[in-house]
Amino acid sequence: MAKIHVTTTVNGDAVEFLCDPEQTLLDVLRDELELTGSKEGCASGDCGACSVMLDGRLVCACLVLGAEAEGRGVETIEGMATGDELHPLQRKFLEHAALQCGVCTPGFLIAAKALLEKNPDPSETEVRYWLAGNLCRCTGYDKIVRAVLDAATEMRGS
Amino acid sequence: MATVLKTDTPAPQSPHALKWVGTRPIRPDGVDKVTGRAKFGADLILSGMLVGKVLRSPHPHARIRSIDTSKAEALPGVKAVVTHDDFHDLPSEFVPAGEMLVNYRDMVRNVMAREKALYEGHPVAAVAATSAQIARQALKLIEVDYEPLPHVIDVVEAMRDDAPVLHDDLFTAGVEPPPTKPSNVAKRVEFAIGDTEAGFAEADLVVERTFDTKPVHQGYIEPHACVASVSEDGQAELWCSTQGQFLVRSHCAKLLGMDISAIRVTASEIGGGFGGKTVVYLEPLAMALARKSHHPVKMVMSRDEVFQASGPTSGANVWVKIGATRHGRITAAEAVLKYQAGAFQGGPIQPGCMAAFAPYDLANVKVVGFDVVSNRPKVAAYRAPGAPISEFAVECVIDELAKELEIDPIEFRLENAAKEGTRAAYGPKFGPIGLIDTLRKIKESEHYRTPLGPNQGRGIASGFWFNIGGETSASINVNEDGTVTLMAGTPDIGGSRASSCLMAAEALGIDYDKVRPIIADTSSLGYTFLTGGSRATFSNGLAVNEAAQQVIKEMCARAARFWEIPADAVTWEDGMAKPAGANAGDFEPLSFAELAKMAGKTGGPIGGHAHLNAQGAGPSFGTHLVDLEVDQETGRVTILRYTVAQDAGKAVHPAYVEGQYQGGAVQGIGWALNEEYIYGPDGRLQNPGFLDYRMPVASDVPMIDTVIVEVANPRHPFGVRGVGETPIVPPMAAIANAMEQATGIRFTELPMSPPKVLKALEAANGAG
Amino acid sequence: MRYEAPESLDAAVGLLAGATGLARVLAGGTDLLVQLRSGLIEPDLVVDVKKIPEMRRITAENGGFRIGAAVSGAELGEHSEVSRLWPGVVEAVELIGSTQIQGRATMVGNLCNASPAADSVPAMIAADAVASVVGPAGRREVPVEAICIAPGETSLAKGEIVTSILLPARPPHSGDAYLRFIPRTEMDIAVVGAGVSLTLDDAGVCRAARLALGAVAARPLLVPEGASALIGTRVDEAALAHLSTAASAACKPIDDKRGTIDYRIKVAGVLARRAAQIALERARAN
Repeated sequence: MAKIHVTTTVNGDAVEFLCDPEQTLLDVLRDELELTGSKEGCASGDCGACSVMLDGRLVCACLVLGAEAEGRGVETIEGMATGDELHPLQRKFLEHAALQCGVCTPGFLIAAKALLEKNPDPSETEVRYWLAGNLCRCTGYDKIVRAVLDAATEMRGS
Repeated sequence: MATVLKTDTPAPQSPHALKWVGTRPIRPDGVDKVTGRAKFGADLILSGMLVGKVLRSPHPHARIRSIDTSKAEALPGVKAVVTHDDFHDLPSEFVPAGEMLVNYRDMVRNVMAREKALYEGHPVAAVAATSAQIARQALKLIEVDYEPLPHVIDVVEAMRDDAPVLHDDLFTAGVEPPPTKPSNVAKRVEFAIGDTEAGFAEADLVVERTFDTKPVHQGYIEPHACVASVSEDGQAELWCSTQGQFLVRSHCAKLLGMDISAIRVTASEIGGGFGGKTVVYLEPLAMALARKSHHPVKMVMSRDEVFQASGPTSGANVWVKIGATRHGRITAAEAVLKYQAGAFQGGPIQPGCMAAFAPYDLANVKVVGFDVVSNRPKVAAYRAPGAPISEFAVECVIDELAKELEIDPIEFRLENAAKEGTRAAYGPKFGPIGLIDTLRKIKESEHYRTPLGPNQGRGIASGFWFNIGGETSASINVNEDGTVTLMAGTPDIGGSRASSCLMAAEALGIDYDKVRPIIADTSSLGYTFLTGGSRATFSNGLAVNEAAQQVIKEMCARAARFWEIPADAVTWEDGMAKPAGANAGDFEPLSFAELAKMAGKTGGPIGGHAHLNAQGAGPSFGTHLVDLEVDQETGRVTILRYTVAQDAGKAVHPAYVEGQYQGGAVQGIGWALNEEYIYGPDGRLQNPGFLDYRMPVASDVPMIDTVIVEVANPRHPFGVRGVGETPIVPPMAAIANAMEQATGIRFTELPMSPPKVLKALEAANGAG
Repeated sequence: MRYEAPESLDAAVGLLAGATGLARVLAGGTDLLVQLRSGLIEPDLVVDVKKIPEMRRITAENGGFRIGAAVSGAELGEHSEVSRLWPGVVEAVELIGSTQIQGRATMVGNLCNASPAADSVPAMIAADAVASVVGPAGRREVPVEAICIAPGETSLAKGEIVTSILLPARPPHSGDAYLRFIPRTEMDIAVVGAGVSLTLDDAGVCRAARLALGAVAARPLLVPEGASALIGTRVDEAALAHLSTAASAACKPIDDKRGTIDYRIKVAGVLARRAAQIALERARAN
């Protein structure tokens, strides 16, 4: 089985890789590009731990083939901070103690960032429904939701 | 937001106001976790690494007649194949692992089946190959000759005389005379005080009920994962996601016949455990494959493997009978608990029995428990193992008694609540405890006074967990610039690094930012028992404090030497050595940083190293309050509002204490409403994934309000009690009690899923 | 496995028609990749249709809208005009999975995966939607209710692809709605799904209606008796009660890990009524 050669952009950098046709984007990110920030919790799109942005759209990387990244733009957790500066969501998650074990955190941050880009002033209910595809077993979601709402307030400049 | 209740009991050892303990700084590992830099079990990449995969039994119960691995071994890219032939059989030996016991003879069989496959998913062989694809192909080439046997899943069915027997050498312990026929009942335990028959005779009202619960999984988001590497001289390195790297080391050494010192286990960051990662599954297999293939081997479970083959907690059948006077005083209480242990004995029956009536001051109690095997994965600890099940049943019956006697459920509990000096139903006398405080806090809460709407109900329940201490080591090494490196041995599941640093900073009198922690591997620190039993903050506090006191003592000695005065003429205050007594004021105080800088010249590196067996863990009591609404036409339940009040002794980092309360409550909500293992008549698990194993999602739950009660634990320098486990104990009963108020129906089966609720509603309305 | 990403419909049809082994179409991949990963299927060929321009488009057509097969749920939800004309269809599509799933899943993929519990299908059937199918023999138009024939099976011949769905124009005083029952609030497969579309005349009497149910039979069902319960009435309590009864009567469900026969029958009646009430409010507002 010949490997597929893919040219793509990851976190703004031009990237090339080889992958098997069956490899998912998540497999490629973790095993070929060694970007292990996106996690595999289920490989079936039910937990959101592998959330990434694909051409500006929030998706589960486990449900995208590596080959599909050709010519497209991928954003992962590794690209969320800008140099030394954490994104407000990253800061707020830390301030609010919105993580305990931290394995779901990259997925939540990517998903929350996508929410605030689309809706800068979400209600608590809107936050909860948007993030329903991200499972957390440690926090019970309370502090995560508070952190997202607080980050939204800061980003609106209120 | 949480409110913190201060009581009159001061924390010992803190004459000054606390500077660090009780604050909410950013955790030291936080930035790595929000940037994706933190490395979890599956994130390690070693060059030349092979991929390991496990072949698992498709049968719930089968004799293994033969295994032929030759075709798999011949497949190009396959570097090693292991079966039970690669593991020596071990004699029966029980050792503690977390809050439960494990048996090595059972463990060697659980990690790799020998005579029989005892559950669907039981490992039968494992391969290591150069790619995942080749490994998967290799598994298909392994030929196993199974003789399927009749299976049994449910606990009550497994206890029947005609049930298929899993182990023909299992004879019920704790029964007189000892049985001559093997069965699935591994043991019977009994706890009793007083005279329950006399007690029931005094009661004006007796309520008895039987409850059924299903097995539920810890549900950690990170599947089991490890990387093993064994060199040609038999020295091994193991990287794994675990709650206890020292236990992993002991178990692997035993299973692979190695010296303990030959294995160096590093705990990766851990993506959730809740008790489920206190045992080994992949680690011995990865090590065996690494040893055989002479390459590092990475093994990661898929999500369905996690459900099929790692231990959930027991499903159970529980009978409870409680009698009370018309004024609400309990006169007698009994329970019979039948817990499923899975394929091998050793479920949490003992703690389940001991915890059942622990919140109450009772003179007459009798609890009988049965540890029952069945063809399911061996159970592993799940947050307060055994207690959520027994206390669910008890708290439901308590509620029923209160209702029938027309006594407010909080008042009923207050009337019977355990307090300081109460002899616990399971034996010891309680020191200062916070149950009554939590009941009062709930009663006074705004939540409790808010009126309800139609189809809504409100329920409360209390809960308890013992908490443990255990062997703990900690090292504090002072760096030349006055910063400090703290080495702890308990993997950080929920922010315990932050708590350890807060306690170290407090004890030493230096800034929190000057303390940097690591979680040490097994070669770099003394033996430390696992993260579990709500012991991390408690035990590390003791160890860190002792190590800090050693550092302070040495610092004072160095100052004394510098000032040429006796060592006992130096005191330590606010992070500085000061001359005291007759020499007071003669010299300028020396700061921690100054003393650190001159350490080399005054005698050498300064450090404190504590090795202890933490004693005096204080139990944590909690009371939960929940409002819910029932859709009468579909049976769907919506949780509207939730409040947790729980005694933390002293909240070292309040945000992480709140997090434990909230996380445990939401796990309990899932357990109450939707989570269960669903088996088909073929004994196979039908829902081994997050789609149909229904854990709460963000839109399923409201904010979880928290009230931190602080009744200091006098045996701890800061008054700390463990808090991690108690939060999962009350939710199921609180929700069942709220359901009763909303519908008039007492549900006795968990989960209270919509089809069951609708069926009961229709039966009650006569429309059935 | 071979992966191909053709840039024209003809190329895609050619690949699929000429495939010797098992071939699958890849749009959003939210069903296909799960099946691949679990080993349920092992296709020899995967044809990614997202580079075919007409599959990516939403175009107005004869007062309705033609939705390309590769349009994701997220894109559909952002199209305000389709959402205004067929809110029930859009809300049905938007119920599929999580926000992440929405970023990829397509209503055509949901249809062609042919799960009896597919969320978008009862709403499309209630809308009288028509699938445009292209294959080696040319193009044909197929009512959506004729696509799914059994769990996992469609009526498509080898080499045929659904290229788009046409949602028709709406007369005035029309409304549609879709409801599903799941035990949690999100992330579950429908235990029961009910789609209702209806049109009132100027006097408020129902002149046209369609009821479709999901997850209560081997394929999504069009329930003509449901329609007759509403047509000619003002959609009052009595008519809704008849609708409920018709819905429950049409069910031929199974017991499985998501629901029991009894439960599905009862809840189908409840959801049909509730969906009709929402469709009615929308019709009255138009």
